[in-house]
Amino acid sequence: MFKDKACIVGIGETPFCRKPGSGLSEMGIQLKAAVAALEDAGLKAAQIDGILPFPNVGKAEAFAASLGCENLRFAATLHVGGAAPVASLRMAAMAVSSDAADYVLVPGGWNGFSGARVRETAANDVDSIPGGAIARDFYIPFGLTAPPQWYALMARRHMHEYGTTAEQFGAVALAMRKHAQLNPAALMHGKPLTMADYLASPMIASPYRLLDCCVETDGAAAFIVTSVERARDLRQKPVYVMGAAAGQPYPADEITNRADFHRTGLTTAAPEAFRMAGVAPADADFAQIYDCFTFEVIQQLEEAGFCKRGEGGAFVENGGIELGGRLPVNTHGGLLSQAHVLGISHVVEAVRQLRGEAGARQVADAEIGVVTGWGDFGDGSIAILRR
Amino acid sequence: MSEQTKPYDKPLPTLTGLHGEFYAWCRDRELRFQRCTGCGRYRHVPRDICAHCSSMEWEWARSGGRGTVFTWTEVVRALHPAFADATPYAPVVVEMEEGVRLLSKVVDCAPEELHIGMAVEVEFQQIGDALTLPVFRRARRVQ
Ligand SMILES: [Zn+2]
Repeated sequence: MFKDKACIVGIGETPFCRKPGSGLSEMGIQLKAAVAALEDAGLKAAQIDGILPFPNVGKAEAFAASLGCENLRFAATLHVGGAAPVASLRMAAMAVSSDAADYVLVPGGWNGFSGARVRETAANDVDSIPGGAIARDFYIPFGLTAPPQWYALMARRHMHEYGTTAEQFGAVALAMRKHAQLNPAALMHGKPLTMADYLASPMIASPYRLLDCCVETDGAAAFIVTSVERARDLRQKPVYVMGAAAGQPYPADEITNRADFHRTGLTTAAPEAFRMAGVAPADADFAQIYDCFTFEVIQQLEEAGFCKRGEGGAFVENGGIELGGRLPVNTHGGLLSQAHVLGISHVVEAVRQLRGEAGARQVADAEIGVVTGWGDFGDGSIAILRR
Repeated sequence: MSEQTKPYDKPLPTLTGLHGEFYAWCRDRELRFQRCTGCGRYRHVPRDICAHCSSMEWEWARSGGRGTVFTWTEVVRALHPAFADATPYAPVVVEMEEGVRLLSKVVDCAPEELHIGMAVEVEFQQIGDALTLPVFRRARRVQ
C-alpha cells in the first residue's frame, strides 16, 4: 500500500514537432526531456537510482550510462504499450515507498513522425507487443495491421450496442482541439476545428476518420517520483499519488475472443485505484485520458467509472469534457491535438494543473486529478493524484 | 488479373507449431478449432492448455463453418504497404456457432454491405501450395 507515500517532483518535456523532425536520436530526445525533469526537480542525475523506460524506445542501462546514474538499482520496462507511463508511475510509487529506490525517472519519447511510425511497428516487429505472434499469424494476413484498425473493431461494436455516434466521437476531437488553442506548445495550436471539418475528414479505418486519430509526433517527456519525505527538500510543490493501479483485458494478447468485448485493463484497475485513493470519480477536478483515438476516451470514461457503460457518448457531448464542463479532459490537447509522446505528457499536464501552472487552461482550484494510460490490445493504467 | 496468377505480396502467417496446425487443416479446406477433451470447450487462437479446466488434452474439432459478423472495420487507407492496392477492404470478426471468434474477411460482400449479425459461412482462399486462408461468404440460406 503506497497511498500518499509517493510524489511526482519533476517534469520535463521537449518541444513537439513533425516536419522536418526533431534532428535528435530517439535516445537523445528522451535524454533532453529527462534533463529538463531533473532541472525542474532540482536533482542531480547521479541521485536517480531507478529508471522505468517506455517499451521499445530505450534501455535503462543506456539512460543510466548517458545521464551518469552510477548507482542504478531499480529498473524495469512494463510491456503495456501506452499504458506504460501511468503503470510505471504506480511501480515507481511502490518502489520509493518500500525503499527499493530513492528517485525514479520515467522517461519516454520517440521520433514518432520522422522515424519509425507506430502504425507500422506491430506489423514489422513481432516482439513489439505481447500479442505480436497472434497478430502476425491471425490478424495481419487479413490486413488488420495497425492500432486504429484494432480499436475500430471495438468502436464499431460500441456504436452497435449503445448507439454511440460519429458526432460523439467528433465531440472528443473538438474538445481536445479547443484545449490545444490554449496551449502554445500544442501541435494544433492556432488550428481550430469544427464539427463539419471533423465529419468531412477522410475515413481511415471505419468508424475512424483521420481526425479520430492522434498526431504522430517527434517529442519526449519525463517525470521523477520520490518519497514524501525526500520531496520536502526539493524545489517543487509535490504532487501526491493517492492511488494507482494497472490491469488487462482478458485475454490481453488476443482481441477477438473476449467474453466481455468492452472489458479493458481499466475495468478492473479503476475501482482498485479509487478504492486506494479513498475518493470517487466525481471527486476529480479533471482527467487526462489516453486519447490515441477518440472512441478510446469514451470507452475509458465508462470503464473508469466516470459514467456507466454505454453513456460515454452522452458524457462527452455538449462541452461535457471541455474546460468549464463537468469533467475537463486532456486540458493540454491530448494525443489528438497536443502531441503523441506516448502518454507521458498526460502525467506532465496533470502535474502542471495540480501545481497551478497550467496558464490559460488552468482548471480553477484543481485539487484532485486522474490520469489514465491505454496500450496494446487494451491494457490499462490509472493514477489518482492530488496537490 | 486473377488471384491465382498475380504474385501474392501480402504478409503470411508462420506455419509452425499450433498456428501451423490450424493452417494445415485450412489447406485441406477444413476449418478446425481446438476442442478441450476435459470440458468440451472450443478455443481460438490455438493454445497449449485449456484456460477453463487446465486440461492439456484436446483435439482439432471440425467447425460447422457457420457464423455471424460480430464486428468489422473498413480499411480505406492502408497502414501497411502490402495492402495499399487492396483498399477498400474489411477485416471482419466472425462469431462461429461453436462460440469462438476469428478475424477474417467476407469475400463476396462490399464493405458497405456488411452488418453486425449477418450470417456467413466459411470458404477457403488458396494463397499457394503451402497456405490457404479461411475466409467467409454470405450464408446461402437463413440459419
Ligand atoms: Zn477445458
